[in-house]
Amino acid sequence: MISLSRADRTRRTVSGVMTTLTALCTFLAVGILIVILSYIAMRGISALTFRFLFDTPRPVGEGGGIGNAIVGSAVLLALSSVIGIPVGIATGIYLSEFGAGMFASAVRFLVDTLTGIPSIVTGVFVYAVIVLRMSHFSGFAGGIALALITIPIVTRTTEEMIRLVPHSLREGALALGAPQWRVTLGVILPAAASGIATGAMLAVARVSGETAPLLFTAFGSRFFPRNLNEPIASLTVQIYNYAISPYDEWHAQAWAATLVLMALILSINIIVRFLTRKRFS
Amino acid sequence: MSTTSVKIVPKFEVKSRASLASAPTKISVSNLNFFYGRTQALNDITVDVPKRMVMAFIGPSGCGKTTFLRTLNRMNDVIPGTRVEGNVLIDGQDIYTPGADVVDLRRKVGMVFQKSNPFPKSIFDNVAYGLKINRLAANNRELRDRVEEALKDAALWTEVTDRLKTSALGLSGGQQQRLCIARALAIRPEVILMDEPASALDPIATSKIEELIVDLKKQYTIVIVTHNMQQAARVSDLTAFFLLGKLIEVNSTEKMFTAPDQKLTEDYITGRFG
Repeated sequence: MISLSRADRTRRTVSGVMTTLTALCTFLAVGILIVILSYIAMRGISALTFRFLFDTPRPVGEGGGIGNAIVGSAVLLALSSVIGIPVGIATGIYLSEFGAGMFASAVRFLVDTLTGIPSIVTGVFVYAVIVLRMSHFSGFAGGIALALITIPIVTRTTEEMIRLVPHSLREGALALGAPQWRVTLGVILPAAASGIATGAMLAVARVSGETAPLLFTAFGSRFFPRNLNEPIASLTVQIYNYAISPYDEWHAQAWAATLVLMALILSINIIVRFLTRKRFS
Repeated sequence: MSTTSVKIVPKFEVKSRASLASAPTKISVSNLNFFYGRTQALNDITVDVPKRMVMAFIGPSGCGKTTFLRTLNRMNDVIPGTRVEGNVLIDGQDIYTPGADVVDLRRKVGMVFQKSNPFPKSIFDNVAYGLKINRLAANNRELRDRVEEALKDAALWTEVTDRLKTSALGLSGGQQQRLCIARALAIRPEVILMDEPASALDPIATSKIEELIVDLKKQYTIVIVTHNMQQAARVSDLTAFFLLGKLIEVNSTEKMFTAPDQKLTEDYITGRFG
């Protein structure tokens, strides 16, 4: 065994301590997550039946389910995605491809600010601008509120992902006589696509857990949604309503609904992973 | 290295000065100045590149070789805050005149970069890209034919013929660079600019690229930037020596490497600085 100098020993000790610390932090972070997930699973599984997934809510003591909330959440997410994702991606492209001037800096600043706005503020804003004007709650207003949260997230991820595409690819395409827009659409976007899709889906996963903006907009409903012009149920609002109720049965249903929501978010993530696995890398 | 002159024997016969002088001019640059912001990178460059010849640019790092190469297809336009003064004529037409079409220019003046930059697409799609965007193939059959032709010209066809649909990123470094050459050749440019195309390659891949350059000269005018003086001697007809943004000397490669006119050139070539 070679003898170690003092500096060597110190270095090894520091390295050992640091490695242990980072490992501990990782265990702590992942551990808490596992505790949360298993607790929800434990509490939720008891009320989770096949019927629960398809039935509409019923008065206390009569069972009932969250079918309408699942459909409502899906509708709201679809609506917010249809509005928010294209706008977000387009804005991100603008910022990364043409975003050199003062205006772009202003847009970038506003988008950052928008990301930081508490979601309840977004809800109140949509309430004031849309719900009050229409003088009733609606799925439409809920979708808009969620879209407003989606847009800045998608914008920033799109911009970041496009910036990660090597500059040499852009030059390579330009050198072949490609006009700017074809470079962006044909080379840059496909190269950034999996990152952008991941960002978009993370935004969807994020808004799927939002409750506050929906309280003042989509409001909630005890029936399956028929059109976007009336109040619409959602998993999060349903969970909220059941959780603050005084009934044990509804508490159990809230846990089960939470489990369903988690499962939905998990499946969104898995689907995205599957769809965006890199074909050319 | 010897102190008087280097003894680099070109692998192939260098054309005599007379035939160089009689070749028609393809690119004519006069009094070119180039600025990155306030920094002047190129100083009063005047040089002619004859048609269907290979001209090599040599010089130490940061001397402006690459910047100059990139002025020839206006690739520097992409970099914000740059400015060009002077004239660059290709076939007698000023490429910096306000009405000049950059897209058209780049179709005519292809470029191969220092670091190979295949698109994250299949091998076929990489070569087909330029043909598609410039609508150079009338139908799928013509597209396939021209992709094949370009890959053959770039001496890559036999290696990739059964894997055209696989990712270009799965090729080796040397193959990727030849793919980029094929991509540039596919749209049949008239001039090919090469920015140290072999700097990241091993000797075998390098010699393949060099053979290719000598071969391509029959059809194309080629301008190549290289750090490797032996490479300049092996592949080029003319050599231009840059130093600190100035063009010190342009001469036939043979003369440049045996009896250069300028003392600075000799010092650089014999390794006294650089």
